[in-house]
Amino acid sequence: MQNFEYIAPINTLSAAQALSPDAGVTAVLAGGTDLLSLLKQHVETPTRVVSLRNISALRGISKRGGGLRIGAMATVEDLLGSKAAAPYESLLQAARGITAPQVRAMGTVAGDLLQRPRCWYFRNGYGLLAKSEGKALVPSGENRYHAILGNKGPAYFVNASSLAPALISLGATVSVAGPEGEREMSVADLYRIPSSDAERENTLAPNEIVTEINVPSASGWSTATYEVRQRQLLDWPLATASVALRMRGGKVSDARVVLGHVAPIPWRSSEAETALKGKAANESSGVEAGKAAMAAATPLSQNKAKVQLATVAVKRAVGMAG
Amino acid sequence: MSSNKPHDGPGEGPRYGPRKGFSRRTFIEGVGIGAGAVGALGAADQARAATNEVVGPDPVSITLSINGKTHKLDVEPRVTLIDALRNMLDHTGAKKVCDRATCGACTVIVDGSPVYSCTMLAIEAEGRRIETIEGISSDDAMHPVQVQFVEHDAQQCGFCTPGLVMAGKAIADRNPRPSMADVESGLCGNICRCGTYVGVRKAVYEAARESA
Repeated sequence: MQNFEYIAPINTLSAAQALSPDAGVTAVLAGGTDLLSLLKQHVETPTRVVSLRNISALRGISKRGGGLRIGAMATVEDLLGSKAAAPYESLLQAARGITAPQVRAMGTVAGDLLQRPRCWYFRNGYGLLAKSEGKALVPSGENRYHAILGNKGPAYFVNASSLAPALISLGATVSVAGPEGEREMSVADLYRIPSSDAERENTLAPNEIVTEINVPSASGWSTATYEVRQRQLLDWPLATASVALRMRGGKVSDARVVLGHVAPIPWRSSEAETALKGKAANESSGVEAGKAAMAAATPLSQNKAKVQLATVAVKRAVGMAG
Repeated sequence: MSSNKPHDGPGEGPRYGPRKGFSRRTFIEGVGIGAGAVGALGAADQARAATNEVVGPDPVSITLSINGKTHKLDVEPRVTLIDALRNMLDHTGAKKVCDRATCGACTVIVDGSPVYSCTMLAIEAEGRRIETIEGISSDDAMHPVQVQFVEHDAQQCGFCTPGLVMAGKAIADRNPRPSMADVESGLCGNICRCGTYVGVRKAVYEAARESA
């Protein structure tokens, strides 16, 4: 790991001011479960690391208004143990998918949202767009875990967040602090599909920090997350779906369906949502929704199976919520 | 074989007691350079923990609380807790294997939770309560998790064992009656290449009940 300066400010403004406005110069350290590996791989080579550990305002999980406020530095363990978070079934189901107790204890909620892609080309130094001598490596390479939607290029990685699909389906927002102050945006707007080497997979400026996640009341919504996994424990899922359904007279009146690990961003499927409206929520409507979500899928050479896995994820999540 | 009595085994000591005489471990530890334990957290360190001061990349003086003792050492900010423990403080129980928060061999307990010491900077461990495998047994008795590892033959090559014992202790500390599923999920952050999982799970299951 390249050596760096270290600073652990006591408030977010100082932290934002300690960060460089230019990409790649400084790095934010939260739980460290992702950043330390990136530093060791020389994927990130900051000259300064800004730790958030001394900022007490970033901690804690509590009820706020009718909803839930999750401090950016709250750990996955905090989330799973929080009484205030108990009504958010789909969020907790997603958090339970982060299985290693060590990662639960160290990893933070905002860190989960902002972890960098797990694409093995990216992790081995070929860049976010995984290129060698100008040629994209993923389409003709080892792509069985890569994107099946939003993969027209130049990005083929999948968003690796466990919690983002659930948070987006719950209509959550994030507060972001920079040197000039705070702004609020939806969790969905935190992500983008990069269109060039100059862009990252998230929309934050290099000197911005997520300070908290706000989840509106889930009252009236039935929610569920289902992860299709190769191994039950200690691994990222292959495909996930988080759903939030509002029921009226036994039929779905409103639906939000967000898939994970299928695209460079958490993938909200309006096709699946439309397919569910007016139907009972069960596995047979779920499988129709899953097929609708996958209608536009464009699998790569090795990951056609993910189309079926994602369909199953939607089916099971709808069945669980129904 | 000239003798069937191991020169480096438990020997005549109390059952599962400490090893007597020369051992590879004490030899290696003797060669290492120890950092002395110091009495109290320095005022300067306490102050730095709550300021906006930039430190490094040169070595920074930090104080770590390990197994109830405070240790003062100088580390570059990039030094991980596992490297500080093993290379600077002669706490060689935790093992550096994958070095990527994946295998669990480096597991120690920080503020009551199991963590990957390969993935925490030493400077970030300042002000926190660190427990390592060196601190869980006394000269007279092993920790119940260790005793049950012996009972259930829960190790083979032994390289993952310190991490699994600490992950197991973290389960036992929190839950005196874990189900086998609780034990399984509580140990899922640790990998054993020899495949000793069956014995390890039984050992932790029993030890939690024993230490309750």
